[in-house]
Amino acid sequence: MKKNGVKMIKINSKNVDVYYGKKQALFNINLDIEENQVTALIGPSGCGKSTFLRCLNRMNDVIDICRVKGQIIINDFDINDKSCDVVRLREKIGMVFQKPNPFPKTIYENISYGPTIHGMAQSKNEMDEIVETSLKKAALWEEVKDRLHEPGTGLSGGQQQRLCIARAISVKPEVILMDEPCSALDPIATAQIEELIDELKKDHTIIIVTHSMAQAARVSQNTGFFHLGELIEHGSTDKIFKNPENKKTQDYITGRFG
Amino acid sequence: MNLILFIFIVLLGFTSYYFGRRKAYTIQSTNKRLTALPQFYGYYLAIWCAIPAFIIFSLWAIFEPTIVKLLILSDYSNQGYLDDELNLIYEKTKALSRGQFTGEITPFIEASAEKYLSLRSIAQSSKAVIVLSIIIASVAYAYKKISSNSRTREPVEKFLKAVLFTASLAAILTTVGIVFSLIFQTIDFFKVIPLFDFVFGTHWYPAKAFVRDSSEALDPTMYSDTFGAVPIFAGTFFIAFIAMCVAIPIGLMSGIYLAEYASVKVRQYAKPLIEILAGIPTVVYGFFAALTVGPFLKEIGNSMGLDVSAESALAAGGVMGIMIIPFISSLSDDVITSVPQSLRDGSYAMGATKSETIKKVIFPAALPGIVGSILLGVSRAIGETMIVVMASGLAANLTLNPLESTSTITAQIVVILIGDQAFGDPKTQAAFALGMSLFLVTLCLNIVALRVVKKYREKYE
Repeated sequence: MKKNGVKMIKINSKNVDVYYGKKQALFNINLDIEENQVTALIGPSGCGKSTFLRCLNRMNDVIDICRVKGQIIINDFDINDKSCDVVRLREKIGMVFQKPNPFPKTIYENISYGPTIHGMAQSKNEMDEIVETSLKKAALWEEVKDRLHEPGTGLSGGQQQRLCIARAISVKPEVILMDEPCSALDPIATAQIEELIDELKKDHTIIIVTHSMAQAARVSQNTGFFHLGELIEHGSTDKIFKNPENKKTQDYITGRFG
Repeated sequence: MNLILFIFIVLLGFTSYYFGRRKAYTIQSTNKRLTALPQFYGYYLAIWCAIPAFIIFSLWAIFEPTIVKLLILSDYSNQGYLDDELNLIYEKTKALSRGQFTGEITPFIEASAEKYLSLRSIAQSSKAVIVLSIIIASVAYAYKKISSNSRTREPVEKFLKAVLFTASLAAILTTVGIVFSLIFQTIDFFKVIPLFDFVFGTHWYPAKAFVRDSSEALDPTMYSDTFGAVPIFAGTFFIAFIAMCVAIPIGLMSGIYLAEYASVKVRQYAKPLIEILAGIPTVVYGFFAALTVGPFLKEIGNSMGLDVSAESALAAGGVMGIMIIPFISSLSDDVITSVPQSLRDGSYAMGATKSETIKKVIFPAALPGIVGSILLGVSRAIGETMIVVMASGLAANLTLNPLESTSTITAQIVVILIGDQAFGDPKTQAAFALGMSLFLVTLCLNIVALRVVKKYREKYE
């Protein structure tokens, strides 16, 4: 989305290096993410695109041996700075994982989890409303409104993934990170999620890691191509797919490797 | 003799395995495709060796003594002996043949003993001959039968299945056997002591039953107010309760620490160290409780002006709790570790802290396993004997004061069965009744545990 013709940059990463123990996984990544757009990260397996995604909400903290260097600036604030509160950061930056991972709780509790830990609802009514809007935004409300108090794990794979998306948007994040959200789903569920992504970009900035180039072309406005830990090329999806500058990008897009 | 025969049969089994495999290789070398791998042919022959041997051995074990006895006693028939006397003669004969007879040796018995020995040796050698010839015949038959297209894999697999089935059957039959051995004595016990008195009586004093001379006639009224099991049931649950009060919080918290907070290095050393607690024999815990903890509590209590018995429920229960810590800690650590990482990631990504994640996501997901580990701990506590015998005394007080001495079901069984026992006496049978009730209690506990686990499984998976 352009405001007065100027692109709004939501996330600005500068010279990001990531190490797993002694092995360097990402080399000097400089990537700007535009606000209220879908940015797709593509590249062959092990190229570091998921690692980069996990830098953006500091999920790499969970991995003991992982070290991140460089600056990632969101809202004029470097999230790698010591003063950054990870709990607040993750409230602003939601994440959806490769495999649907609903909590072993009811559908309602799955959604109310985030708002509860961030103290976002003062009353039961407010919470009910948050749950309803989140499920509606995730296009799941009609399917589950009569069984909110049944376990979330009883849903189908596609429904579980939409539940996870609803869970992520329940705390009204500014950014949603999606790590191959459709790789465990069938084509119909995938189509539903893609439609949803398009809908969500009105309110959220979305970054999606995907193995499917068709999916990247369908859902994203911007694309970044990673290879062996380096960001080879990034730009508008149109340009990357139709007229890539780099030979490697072209080879990958046309299916010559990866 | 039997041992040599057995070793010989085992060697024969190996030989037939070798021959079976060799035949398979021979068939293979003529460029014919086998229906199974060569070793299956070997196993097939070995089974043809094992099954006949097993059948003959068991038949022999069943029938040999009966037949020998019949032959020996046929000499004494028509002489007007009673059945009991005949049995006695046979026992004497056997004892004499083993050289263990101490009474007066009559010529009759001596002759019988000689006959017994010769019969036994005939039986042994004929057994050896029959077993070996049948085995060789069956192996030879099977060896001739196997060819390139004979089925060997299926019978071998079936045989393995049968062996495994027998093994599990043995475990189940043992349980059934134990229950039956308890049931009959228990029924006899309740013929003398009314069930009502046992279940609701509040006075347990089996020593009263010791006083009776076994030659005196049984007088049920004498036992009223002797076998009231309420105090020892109460004591059992009370001590188990104290033990769980110690074991559940410490075990669970250390389990959570190990699984979620401890670094790989700490965990590597801490977990085995905690598990060492499980390897300490309970008798060692027993004297730790009796000689260290008990007097220590007494001293502290006395200094505070409390009347503390040196043998107290608190000492026994507390030490028992320490004994149970590793079970709960280790099991809950395993269960928590097996909660998928994706659930943790999901929670962290929502901005939850570690403790929130543990409390709200991991703990509920791991609950079935944790409940299972706690119930396992409870049944350990209820079945524990040594610590109670040594540290909490043997007097069955009906009390809820942890500073007094109490006794448990297991400790009372020990009291009853130590020293001289008269079978068929209510005093001895009381032990069986107690064992039966203990069995029922743990059975109920296990059923409840399974129910709980199943219920949460349905909910969480």
